[in-house]
Amino acid sequence: MNRTHVNCTVNGDDVDFLAADGISLLDALRDELGLTGSKEGCGTGDCGACSILIDGKLNCSCLVLAPEAEGAEIVTVEGIADGDHLHPLQQTFLEGAALQCGICTPGFLVAAKALLDTNPDPTETEIRYALAGNLCRCTGYDKIIRSVQEAAVQLREVAK
Amino acid sequence: MTATENPPTYTWVGTRPIRHDGYDKVTGKARFAADLDLPGQLRAVYVRSPHAHARIVSINTAAAEAMPGVKAVVTGADFPDLGAADPEYDVSVNVMARDTVYYHGHAVAAVAATSRELAADAAAAIVVEYEELPAVFTIDDAMADGAPLVNETNFTKFVKADEPSNLSTITNLERGEVDDAFAAADLVVEREFTTAAVHQGYIEPHACVVDTGADGRASVWCSSQGHFRVRSSTAAVLGWDVSRVKVTPAEIGGGFGGKTTIYIEPVAARLSEMAGRPVKIVMTRDEVFRATGPAPASKVRVKVGATNDGELTALEAWMAYNVGAFGNVAGLVGAMSVASYKFPNLKLEAYSVLSNLPKSAAYRSPSAPHAAFAIESVVDEIAQKLDIDPIELRLKNAAVEGDVTAMGMPHPRIGFVECLEAVRESEHYQSPVPDGAARGIAAGFWFNIGEQSSATVHVNEDGTATVITGSPDIGGSRASMALMAAEELGLDVNSITPLVADTESVGFTDTTEGSRTTFATGMAVVQACRDLIDDMRSRAATTLSVDVGEVIWADGAAVAEGHDPVPLASIAAQSKRTGGPLTASASLNAAGAGPSFAVHCGDLAVDEETGHTKVLRYTAAQDAGTAIHPSYVEGQLQGGSVQGIGWALNEEYVLNDDGSLDNASFLDYRIPVASDLPMIETIIVEVPNPSHPYGVRGVGETGIVPPMATIANAISRAAGIRMTALPMSPPHVLTALNER
Ligand code: FES
Ligand code: FES
Repeated sequence: MNRTHVNCTVNGDDVDFLAADGISLLDALRDELGLTGSKEGCGTGDCGACSILIDGKLNCSCLVLAPEAEGAEIVTVEGIADGDHLHPLQQTFLEGAALQCGICTPGFLVAAKALLDTNPDPTETEIRYALAGNLCRCTGYDKIIRSVQEAAVQLREVAK
Repeated sequence: MTATENPPTYTWVGTRPIRHDGYDKVTGKARFAADLDLPGQLRAVYVRSPHAHARIVSINTAAAEAMPGVKAVVTGADFPDLGAADPEYDVSVNVMARDTVYYHGHAVAAVAATSRELAADAAAAIVVEYEELPAVFTIDDAMADGAPLVNETNFTKFVKADEPSNLSTITNLERGEVDDAFAAADLVVEREFTTAAVHQGYIEPHACVVDTGADGRASVWCSSQGHFRVRSSTAAVLGWDVSRVKVTPAEIGGGFGGKTTIYIEPVAARLSEMAGRPVKIVMTRDEVFRATGPAPASKVRVKVGATNDGELTALEAWMAYNVGAFGNVAGLVGAMSVASYKFPNLKLEAYSVLSNLPKSAAYRSPSAPHAAFAIESVVDEIAQKLDIDPIELRLKNAAVEGDVTAMGMPHPRIGFVECLEAVRESEHYQSPVPDGAARGIAAGFWFNIGEQSSATVHVNEDGTATVITGSPDIGGSRASMALMAAEELGLDVNSITPLVADTESVGFTDTTEGSRTTFATGMAVVQACRDLIDDMRSRAATTLSVDVGEVIWADGAAVAEGHDPVPLASIAAQSKRTGGPLTASASLNAAGAGPSFAVHCGDLAVDEETGHTKVLRYTAAQDAGTAIHPSYVEGQLQGGSVQGIGWALNEEYVLNDDGSLDNASFLDYRIPVASDLPMIETIIVEVPNPSHPYGVRGVGETGIVPPMATIANAISRAAGIRMTALPMSPPHVLTALNER
């Protein structure tokens, strides 16, 4: 079996791993690096549970071949907190009860971070469209949207 | 254990603490079944039927077994024949086909290998020879004279049946004289409704890891709503005693009823036994759509009679549910779900109909949405024709305590009227309908269940506590357990650790279904806390040298007149000297699950050019009895509403002519996304359930019942078209607009 040696950073750490042919970056993160926070809901780019940032850009890691991560900076849900200090999105999701089962939560947090990193003051409609690639079957989205709005307010306060 | 109409103010019940399991879920640490790996683990992949109905002539696994990395192969021959009379027979055949495949996607074989890729390669090398049999997919075809038999082991229940048939159940219910009532009615409306099969659509595919040891005992980690049911069904399918199977529930990524049964655990257990290594199975999304769930398609004819002043005098309904290839009581449950209005005269005829489709599974208020779509649509049409406000018409006919359901069961104290009044008084209903839009109203009912639950509560030596139950937590129930324990014990909710234990570490507990967990498992937690309190009162009495009858429990302390209160923490610290560890367990079979009613109000606009319906504003009111953690009650109302909106507007199983599913992906089976929706406003109505210590009614399910008719009723008012088929997707609405 062919394996490709891949070097990249994940959540700030230099890592390397061997990627078998055809393996997705999601599989590499979960199976080779033990980072199981990113979830597989579909494997076909339709649910967003596997959302990660690659060089700051939102991606479905199930649609990325593992060798494509060579040299990239990757952020997963495990990397969005600052040490034991939760990211405001993580805190507002907890306080706003934005999760029921929680399987979609990692993907939503990463996608919402991608939004707020580039648009600190999104409208409700902008949030809804930015998160339209992430499926949640439990919450009806209401509390997720409100938690993102609240996190945006907090982040703007900090930025002042 | 009873609640009063005017409950005391609680310290913890009704507050909104951060849920205990939340931190792991926002940091990616929570362990779902697919996140677990064991040393030496194999991965298993299935071979599934490419035919909707066929006899299996032969299966040749020799080539697959010789392939690299392959450690075990199973087929139906590796599982015992339980005999058709066994209650787990259908499950055992659904888990792995024997001599017949009953639907496209039915499991035929499975391979365990050192990697998923090698297992998939080997699965592709298994040669199965089939002899195709005639198949039926629709209710009409399955019920037609001379229809091909779907499943030769199905005999109709609740009637005398000598021959196998495509009917699983027949239910007839009658009260009063419907014919006379229709003859006397001022207005009679009759319509036929159809709904497509829909999937529960949980985002986490079914997954398990099973390690069968050399002692023949299997340890199972899996995603399930009921790990005790996984234990009993897995053991049954394997022909084992339940004591050979230990099931540990992983975090569960959604279920909605779809994870109340099993698919993969016995297969992994057998493969693990053969290979001597742990085996992991994770379904693909394609497999989830093709071989699990769905909720039945249905056909419902409804006739309602009314007087000119809006009294509903008679209901006649014919209901059929397409339950897939194995027997199921969907028709009976659909008839049971008719319970919202008084209807002095009523006649119901309900069928569960087999077809060559996947074995249908429960989905949130199973069978009720189909019936409510039909009845609530016709009731609304009557309101329109009589020019009566749809809430007033419903108030006039709403069931109250003592009125009987279609089954003849008298309602206990219920909150239907209160829900209707809450919507009528809401800012939403009081505000004008936006220009170009219309407003719909519909109601829903679900009876909820009690069943068996167990809980163990430990007061730790430092005065913190651990609450252990056997109910998988699919939406925040651990937080509710901790809140009730905090209220009872007088402890801070954050001093309590709520856990869900494996099948060997807590007493038997029925599945998380029927909106029963906060109700029934909550009762067990309260009972265990009260037993602990009695123990702590008696220890304090001994310490204070007073009679235990003089010691009460208040604010987390034993209190006797003339003495300083003895706080829980000091009783805990002294426990070694006063009789040993403080722990109590309670197990019960809960009775008195209070039904939960809901009333929804939706504003929407129909695009006359595209047929697209946009929901602009939506409010869900529902009776929770008492909301233990209001945020998660709201979450149930919102989640149920949106699943119902998806069912109403988009979701459907699209079948090819050969019975294969044409849209087995989230791309083509489109569930609602954030940009489809407005905020979902909620009104929690609290009419306490007199049978629960805090007045809880289950809230998980009812929320999915009203949306279909809410939307159909709004579309009718928006565009003058009465939609009678789900989904009301743009092409269907456009057709109706053009025929208008
Ligand atoms: S798993 Fe990648 S989008 Fe669903
Ligand atoms: S919380 Fe369950 S899918 Fe979003």
